[in-house]
Amino acid sequence: MAQDSGRLNQPPVVEVRGLTRRYGARTIIDGVDLDIGRGEFVALLGRSGSGKSTFLRALAGLDHGVPGSGRLGTPDAVSVVFQDARLLPWKRVVDNVTLGLNGQTPRERALHALAEVELTARAQAWPTQLSGGEQQRAALARSLVREPELLLLDEPFGALDALTRLRMQALLLDLCARHRPAVLLVTHDVDEAIHLAQRVLVLDEGRFVVDLDVGLPAEAGARQRRFAEVRGQLLSSLGVTGEELRRVA
Amino acid sequence: MADLSLTGGQGVVDPAWLKLARSQPVGVADKPRRRRKLGPGRPIPYGATLGPVLLLILWSIGSATGYIDDRILSAPWTVATTGWELIQDGRLQENLWTSFQRSFWGLFWGIVAGASLGVIAGLSRIGEYLVDGPIQIKRAIPALALIPLLMLWFGIGEGMKILTIALITFAPIYIQTHDGLRSTDARFIELAETLDLSNGQFLRHVVLPAALPGFLLGLRFGVTYSWLALVVVEQVNATSGLGYMINLARTYGQTEVIILCLAVYAALGLSSDWLVRFITRKALPWRKILAD
Ligand SMILES: Nc1ncnc2c1ncn2[C@@H]1O[C@H](COP(=O)(O)OP(=O)(O)OP(=O)(O)O)[C@@H](O)[C@H]1O
Ligand SMILES: [Mg+2]
Repeated sequence: MAQDSGRLNQPPVVEVRGLTRRYGARTIIDGVDLDIGRGEFVALLGRSGSGKSTFLRALAGLDHGVPGSGRLGTPDAVSVVFQDARLLPWKRVVDNVTLGLNGQTPRERALHALAEVELTARAQAWPTQLSGGEQQRAALARSLVREPELLLLDEPFGALDALTRLRMQALLLDLCARHRPAVLLVTHDVDEAIHLAQRVLVLDEGRFVVDLDVGLPAEAGARQRRFAEVRGQLLSSLGVTGEELRRVA
Repeated sequence: MADLSLTGGQGVVDPAWLKLARSQPVGVADKPRRRRKLGPGRPIPYGATLGPVLLLILWSIGSATGYIDDRILSAPWTVATTGWELIQDGRLQENLWTSFQRSFWGLFWGIVAGASLGVIAGLSRIGEYLVDGPIQIKRAIPALALIPLLMLWFGIGEGMKILTIALITFAPIYIQTHDGLRSTDARFIELAETLDLSNGQFLRHVVLPAALPGFLLGLRFGVTYSWLALVVVEQVNATSGLGYMINLARTYGQTEVIILCLAVYAALGLSSDWLVRFITRKALPWRKILAD
């Protein structure tokens, strides 16, 4: 709840009003509003094709020529992490992190960022020599070295195996606790959303149909109950029936 | 192994099958089963020389037994001694040097024109509209058909020869460079936008490196074409060079000189191709690891 008071006192980092995006005749994002507070971690869920990436790309300013309207207030320093690590294959890992970095001692800062994601030893490697998880860690380092006020992640761990994903999630939490950017994480994984985010949105038919504060209590038993409750709520809003839920869980 | 423990656990082991398994030496049974490797098999050191050496042997035997007529195809040793004589009186080096210079300068201007026009057409829309059309039309005209016109315009001197070679070599370099620039991965363009790269940074760090493999591929074609073009211009009209030597030898019926010149062409072609591949390896170190 400390977050909430913080949200009230400071102006939000992201301010979206009546945002609409269309592909052809189909309205993908249909006049949504959204505020994200400073340092707030928001997860965005939604069925495949519901428009999560479309929304994220609008926030990142990457949707040139996609017709639509609305007001978008985003900070200057925005970083994006994509599902593929998107490292330039002709640049060594450290040079990928330094890419486009302004200010003093870019190289030292890049090496520091690589140390934070435990990739110091691979700084001089070519991206193709890294494993999928290592590549994604390098991409994280590249996005954080810019000290973004807003970090946008589009299914960053979607292509990783379960174990690597778990470790990446822990790493992401650590990094966000340290750098405190506002985060919008697009994911398919309901559990991931609940574990990582303070607030979860569900996008359906172009609108946010769910906007809930996760608020997991510290005490183990209560935490488990709250987790199950939120999980059930999110899954049902994503169209999973109670019957289906009972059969697999 | 898994099968064995499963059936053993259920107590329904087929005795004949078990005997078969036992009769195998333990060492063999414990070895992990290797799959048969598909593909052409293991490389042999210097194996690539096997075919040419075999041909050389057949040629020698044919000549020694008189099976190959000396007027049709000179014996290998005749070619070798002729080569030695031509080197001693300096004619071979002289003509080779002349040919090499023509090829080199033709290729040089071909690279300059091909790369710069490729960059112009690849980086700007206006440039593409202005440059690409004429080049596509020029490409549709066989280069050899241009020679009479070039001779009328530029005479039969060195300038015309170098220009012809340049005109022939620049096409593949232009096409590959242009293509490399145009097909920069959209994902990397998006990345450059999210990193707020300036136009200059975008060019230097993303576009040009992405186009480099294309340019080098074009260069490899260009080098091959430059030898091809050389043969053509020298046989059309020349008073020096390898092509001239061949023409002269034909007049006097000296097959050994013709063969010698062909061998020199082969050596030039092979070594320049090797050189381009060497440059490619050095210029694209990040590529190497994929091939390893
Ligand atoms: N460039 C495009 N042109 C036309 N339609 C598009 C384009 N990009 C996306 N769409 C459509 O917009 C809808 C939303 O796509 P979007 O990529 O935002 O979905 P998503 O929620 O990110 O899905 P996923 O979870 O599978 O990544 C989809 O129906 C898709 O077909
Ligand atoms: Mg998506």
